[in-house]
Amino acid sequence: MYGKGILKGLSVTWKRFWDTYTDDISWMLRGKKRYNSDEGIRHRSSKDTKGIFTVQYPEEQLIVPEEFRYVPFLVYDEGADGKKEVRCTSCGICAKVCPPQCIWIVRTNDPSTGRPVPVPTDFFVDMDICMNCGFCAEYCPFDAIKMDHDFDIASYQRNVYNLEKLMKPASYYAGIRPENYTREEEARKAKEAAKAAKAEANAAAA
Amino acid sequence: MENEKLSLPNYTIPEDLQNVVAITTLDRLYNWGRRSSVWPLMFGLACCAIEMIAAQTARYDMARFGMEVMRPTPRQADMMLVSGTVTKKMLPSIIRLYNQMPEPKYVVAMGACASSGGPFKEGYNVVAGIDKFLPVDVYIPGCPPTPQALIAGMIKLQEKIDKQSIKHVTWYNKEKKDGNYVPMPILGPDLIDVRRNAEIRDVAAAKESA
Amino acid sequence: MATPVLTQTVDLAARFPGKVSADARPGYAGIIVNKENLVEVATAVRDEFGFDLLTAVTGVDYIAENKMEVVYHAYKTTGGAGLVFRVQVERVDPIEVPSLINIWPGVDFQEREAWDLYGIKFTGHPDLRRILMWEGFEGHPLRKDWKEPFFEEEVKPFKSRWPDGQHTFAENKNPFRDNLNFPKDFDPEKYVVDKEEDLYMSLERDTTKDVEGNMKTDHIVVNMGPHHPSTHGVLRVAVQLDGETIIGLKPVMGYLHRNHDKIGERNTYLQNIPYTDRLDYFNSMSNNFGYVTTVEKLMKIPVAERAEYIRVIMAELSRIQNHLIFIGMLMNDLGTMYTPSLYAFEERELVLDIFEAVSGARMMCNYFRFGGVVRDIPDFAMQKIKDLVFERLPAKTDEMERFLNENEILVARLKGIHVLNAEDAIKYSVTGPVLRATGVPYDLRRADPYSIYDRFDFDVAVRQNGDMMDNYLIRFDEIRQSLRILEQAIKQIPQGPINSQKAAYQVRVPAGEAYGRIESPKGELAFYIVSNGKPNAYRYHVRPASFVNLTAVESMCKGSKIADFVALLAMLDIVMGELDR
Ligand code: SF4
Ligand code: SF4
Ligand code: SF4
Repeated sequence: MYGKGILKGLSVTWKRFWDTYTDDISWMLRGKKRYNSDEGIRHRSSKDTKGIFTVQYPEEQLIVPEEFRYVPFLVYDEGADGKKEVRCTSCGICAKVCPPQCIWIVRTNDPSTGRPVPVPTDFFVDMDICMNCGFCAEYCPFDAIKMDHDFDIASYQRNVYNLEKLMKPASYYAGIRPENYTREEEARKAKEAAKAAKAEANAAAA
Repeated sequence: MENEKLSLPNYTIPEDLQNVVAITTLDRLYNWGRRSSVWPLMFGLACCAIEMIAAQTARYDMARFGMEVMRPTPRQADMMLVSGTVTKKMLPSIIRLYNQMPEPKYVVAMGACASSGGPFKEGYNVVAGIDKFLPVDVYIPGCPPTPQALIAGMIKLQEKIDKQSIKHVTWYNKEKKDGNYVPMPILGPDLIDVRRNAEIRDVAAAKESA
Repeated sequence: MATPVLTQTVDLAARFPGKVSADARPGYAGIIVNKENLVEVATAVRDEFGFDLLTAVTGVDYIAENKMEVVYHAYKTTGGAGLVFRVQVERVDPIEVPSLINIWPGVDFQEREAWDLYGIKFTGHPDLRRILMWEGFEGHPLRKDWKEPFFEEEVKPFKSRWPDGQHTFAENKNPFRDNLNFPKDFDPEKYVVDKEEDLYMSLERDTTKDVEGNMKTDHIVVNMGPHHPSTHGVLRVAVQLDGETIIGLKPVMGYLHRNHDKIGERNTYLQNIPYTDRLDYFNSMSNNFGYVTTVEKLMKIPVAERAEYIRVIMAELSRIQNHLIFIGMLMNDLGTMYTPSLYAFEERELVLDIFEAVSGARMMCNYFRFGGVVRDIPDFAMQKIKDLVFERLPAKTDEMERFLNENEILVARLKGIHVLNAEDAIKYSVTGPVLRATGVPYDLRRADPYSIYDRFDFDVAVRQNGDMMDNYLIRFDEIRQSLRILEQAIKQIPQGPINSQKAAYQVRVPAGEAYGRIESPKGELAFYIVSNGKPNAYRYHVRPASFVNLTAVESMCKGSKIADFVALLAMLDIVMGELDR
């Protein structure tokens, strides 16, 4: 019969139309929030999702995984009296590894000795060239540059970020990537402990 | 913008303008109407276009902003979403499309490539940003901007529209009718921007011979 | 993997004494054919030795030796190792090499590309025009002595970035303050614009109808694209029409030519990985896969066991979402506006969630590294993969089939349209699902197994008719097979390290050449890399499936209606990022 296949297809659309309501109603009956709640958003991104699939940005936002990356930022530790101790040592690895070469680093030289000191004088990332590849964060040996979760950075002009604009506190980093942060902190502590133990052993031997 | 806000002009109206208060509300009405029906040109260039499509689909649903009506013809479009790498070979077509769009028109540079050439900036066939030729209203960094980032950029565009005033916009200005016309570049030995013919000739003449 | 062709080399040398010689350079394989004997040898390669599928033709500029080389990679559709043969000519213009278009018509676009980018003239090629750049462009950009306008240094990393990296726009270093470069004493006002007459002249005309007695209709030329809602990006085609019937057609591409090869030769090996993401932007995982396997071949390093499984899982997930999108887009082009593609995109979003969780990005994953992958799959992502593979995707594939397959309108639009027969498909070097729909069971995962595909139990999806309907249905078959592979991979995946190498931002790649190919969702995706031991590739070439598959388009759509042509483009599953690079 001509039209049977079309009807069969329509049954699928009809079912999906119907599902739009069943899911909402069942959540309502269970007294749970399908919208504007983390649980609801998670459910809508799971295998069981049916019905309305939309995440109503900006009212609600998708829950991004920890590894999500957008643009890079520089991590600083909050030192005593609120000083910003940027972790970057201006070793230049990120600038070398960056595929589109969008990182510019000015290394500081100590005026008295002329030798480089491990802080950058300035640091630029051209956000309109950055391809969000994450190499800089991946290969930085000092955990100084990390990939941000913040994607709401559209603006009315070209975006070249300098050191000031790139810096974000370590607490912010810990907030967006808790697992990575804990792992790195542990590694760092272990390294420091090993160093201290070695120094002690050396001192004892001397 | 919520509809209620529309009828609440919280401007402090200067005394000499008190009797033209309708204009400020007209502005709001006018901008509200425009910001809620920004029709994009259906026009994808590269990878970013896929995220643009994704932003139109069920999960992000740009229709919530009145931006779902992708128009394949430039004559019905309000906004050109430059979604991807602009190559020299493609540029004349883009400029032609832009010139065919009716005012008011907006250009949004989506992604690194459209903003500056992005990762392909050094390429010999890549235009270093569409802003070299068209006036860009919003730059959205990212490669590609995720659909949510794109929507965030669209909200920025809406904010920009909100700030425009019917009194100052150029498109009702009779003298500036052709204000946004961009002459078509020519594909020669390299891309020739006809506005810069004299300069190109001078630099080429001063060039050391290879 | 550098020597599987050795036996053939011996044969060929015996068959053509004095006309061919073995390539003795360390790290190279195959034979060098004298330019004069190329056609003769190539004919024998096809007819006597059975290498019916010529997959890649590309140029290499050995500027130090003052040689220009053309490399050919031929394979058998029955599977097995390939044959590399090459011609070397003096690097003095005009560089001429006989065209092989009469032996393998599939070389058409690739020879035009070599002409465009290297300036190698293929004598006997009927339509040797530029393909990626426009007619009138100055120079042949892939030559080693050709410099782009924003040229900074031969290779990355650039010295201006560190330690005194004051930010400057590249524009400020160029006299035109833009990405431009003009020859000396160029005068734009005297420039004669190319009217593309060659293109229109190359379109076939049908003069037989003009004889007396038949109604005479004028032929018209229609330009579709590059801005056209259904050309899948910025492809342009010039079509010669008789009424609504297509009599001649030429695709015009290059509107998204992003100079992948040139940039790739400036990049270090590692830096190329994120660039490959942007080739076929639906399948960054497959692109990564192809590139890293090729470089691993050169480096001769093993891949961590667990990483192999992760790679397969990601590549197959990628294939599934690609085919779902394919179905959605095909429906869009047939006029089923949006509903199927919205359904398809919904599943794709769920797959992309997995990619985002493991790699950090939805589309541009940049997930593979030499020797393994970046990071392990987090537990919640693994759970989601299982959920999708065992529950959701099979059900949704069934639903999609129920939704569309029997739809009478759809069947009428697809069945018996644009039939490609197996012989033509091979002739035109078509690969991937389009080839398999014609009845040729040629799937690299079986024919030339890479990675660990030989461990899985799956069937090569084949259909017999080669029409649009089969091309459509084979996508469902492939989704099913991918799910089968995924099920096994998830069950078998071992614990262990995810990279056999230490993370390093510079890798050592020994000198030599490698041609690595994988079965990407669109067909054979191959990389040809020549290394000279430096941190950057000397020659980096991508052999994209879309580009070569498009060679067959003209012969496929001749005689059919223009409205069906739109669907044909969807069916070939081209993606411009890969087509134009
Ligand atoms: S790699 Fe890390 S420490 Fe080195 S310059 Fe970059 S951000 Fe600074
Ligand atoms: S994310 Fe990639 S492109 Fe962006 S700054 Fe880091 S290394 Fe460069
Ligand atoms: S910005 Fe990135 S994703 Fe967008 S078109 Fe350019 S390369 Fe592709």
